[in-house]
Amino acid sequence: MKDFSIKWRIIKNNIFKISIIGISLISIIPLFLILFFIFQKGIASINLNFFIAGTKPTGEIGGGIANALIGTVILVLIAFAIAVPFGVITGIYLSDNKKSKLASWVRWAVELIQGVPSIVLGLIGYAWLVLPLSKLTGGKISFSALAGGLTLSIMMLPSIIKSTEETLKLIPHSLKESALALGVPYYKTMLFVILPAGLSGIITGILLGVARIAGETAPLLFTAFGNYYMNVNILKPIDSMPLLIFNYATSPYEDLHNIAWGASFVLVSFVLLLNIFARLVVKRWKVQF
Amino acid sequence: MEGTILTTKDLFVYYDTKCAVNNVNIEFQKNKITAIMGPSGCGKTTLLRCLNRIHELNPSAKVEGKILLHGEDLLAIDPILVRRKVGMVFQRPNPFPTMSIYDNVISGYKLNGIRLKKSEFDEIVEDSLKKAALWKEVQHDLHKRGTFLSGGQQQRLCIARALAMKPDVLLLDEPTSALDPISTSHIEELLVELKKTVTIIIVTHNLAQAGRISDYTSFMYLGELVEFGATDKVFTNPQNEQTERFLTGKFG
Ligand SMILES: Nc1ncnc2c1ncn2[C@@H]1O[C@H](COP(=O)(O)OP(=O)(O)O)[C@@H](O)[C@H]1O
Ligand SMILES: [Mg+2]
Repeated sequence: MKDFSIKWRIIKNNIFKISIIGISLISIIPLFLILFFIFQKGIASINLNFFIAGTKPTGEIGGGIANALIGTVILVLIAFAIAVPFGVITGIYLSDNKKSKLASWVRWAVELIQGVPSIVLGLIGYAWLVLPLSKLTGGKISFSALAGGLTLSIMMLPSIIKSTEETLKLIPHSLKESALALGVPYYKTMLFVILPAGLSGIITGILLGVARIAGETAPLLFTAFGNYYMNVNILKPIDSMPLLIFNYATSPYEDLHNIAWGASFVLVSFVLLLNIFARLVVKRWKVQF
Repeated sequence: MEGTILTTKDLFVYYDTKCAVNNVNIEFQKNKITAIMGPSGCGKTTLLRCLNRIHELNPSAKVEGKILLHGEDLLAIDPILVRRKVGMVFQRPNPFPTMSIYDNVISGYKLNGIRLKKSEFDEIVEDSLKKAALWKEVQHDLHKRGTFLSGGQQQRLCIARALAMKPDVLLLDEPTSALDPISTSHIEELLVELKKTVTIIIVTHNLAQAGRISDYTSFMYLGELVEFGATDKVFTNPQNEQTERFLTGKFG
């Protein structure tokens, strides 16, 4: 009797284990299918010309993604330049002021921003940046790379703030005390002792933040707008990879569809590489205490 | 008493409303080792942390009374200057994890933006590591990370880091409680050697340690200083009943 009940328990246990593994496998199948599909469809369009050519007028064969690629790089750089300092400094503040009122408000705001749909952020970018600028300059500046980059920077902030806060929280308090005990001022202690000790976690957060915004379309629709011509002026509309994919995929032309697939392939590879790189950073640069 | 370097006068420390140090008057003697003992929670750490104003990191801690360093009111001086004069070593060894051994020793200079010639830094590093009895072990690995050292070596590195600033007073809060006996005896030996150049105040839980190395012993109980005197006198003939109970192992 006892024997049987133990056997039955072992069987139940095994059934449970197998179903967990099975369900996990099933849930990653779509991911691999998507990756495979994008690879298969996209790889055909990729050649050197694809990267260095701009958009061709409708009807001509053989355009490329150069202006979208440059556009995405510029947009990400703008977002990066704004979000990294603000995000890291806010993260330092949160890690150091666990209980203050302001900190709990900031934490709440960060959660909120994370939950706001990106299309809404795009609308806010339009209402707060594009429209006022256009009014101020009499229509000379309206949609712009700057507005797009600023909007993306807001999307990037939560991941940077959170990773900075979480990383710095794990650093032993005594490290800060011993720097201060050497007569080192607070800001230098934070910048030159605490921040370097948490660098790997912070860089990971930044990389994941970049990966997140690189593929965003919605916030750019009403801000960067898109541009069929090469542009590097941040006060003018600019194209980006996701915008190009959106515009081309919804067009009626077969060759534009192919370019959209190629661009998807490039974008997915970029995001994938960033994720892998982020993991490497965690492993390689982890600081031992 | 002559040769007083650091004095507390009617010192009270509160955490919010809880009184952790209660009316402590003590005179620390120059170039001597003073041990602070007492049961857990009696306020040893709190007292020690006031002496270089590191208690100010805790916003709920409030100090009343006076602390005089060379006769000057320490609570009225810029805390950054106080901390350069009064160094501190913590319970757990904590070298800066991103810095080499060399950079750890001169971190007080580098982080404060004090620029010296390379040769001067070399000299400070060698001198401080020798004082901390670590030079022989690490002289060929100066550019390796400090965190790869053993616990005892790390603690000596922390002592060297504090000594590099050439402090007048060195505070140590149970510096050997996380270490093995051999590392502990290394540190005890070097402290005795060190008192030639710096005044040492050490919180210790270890009676034998206080007996071995200290010149003066103070004993705290419930935030009050209940006994203070030359170590041999306190150990053989304690004036206070609590001290006697502590010394005979009745509690602590
Ligand atoms: N950060 C703090 N906040 C509030 N109370 C504290 C804090 N640190 C210590 N205390 C209290 O102050 C008293 C003295 O603590 P402490 O100085 O750490 O004692 P010891 O070092 O002798 O063990 C204890 O009762 C402790 O609970
Ligand atoms: Mg203590």
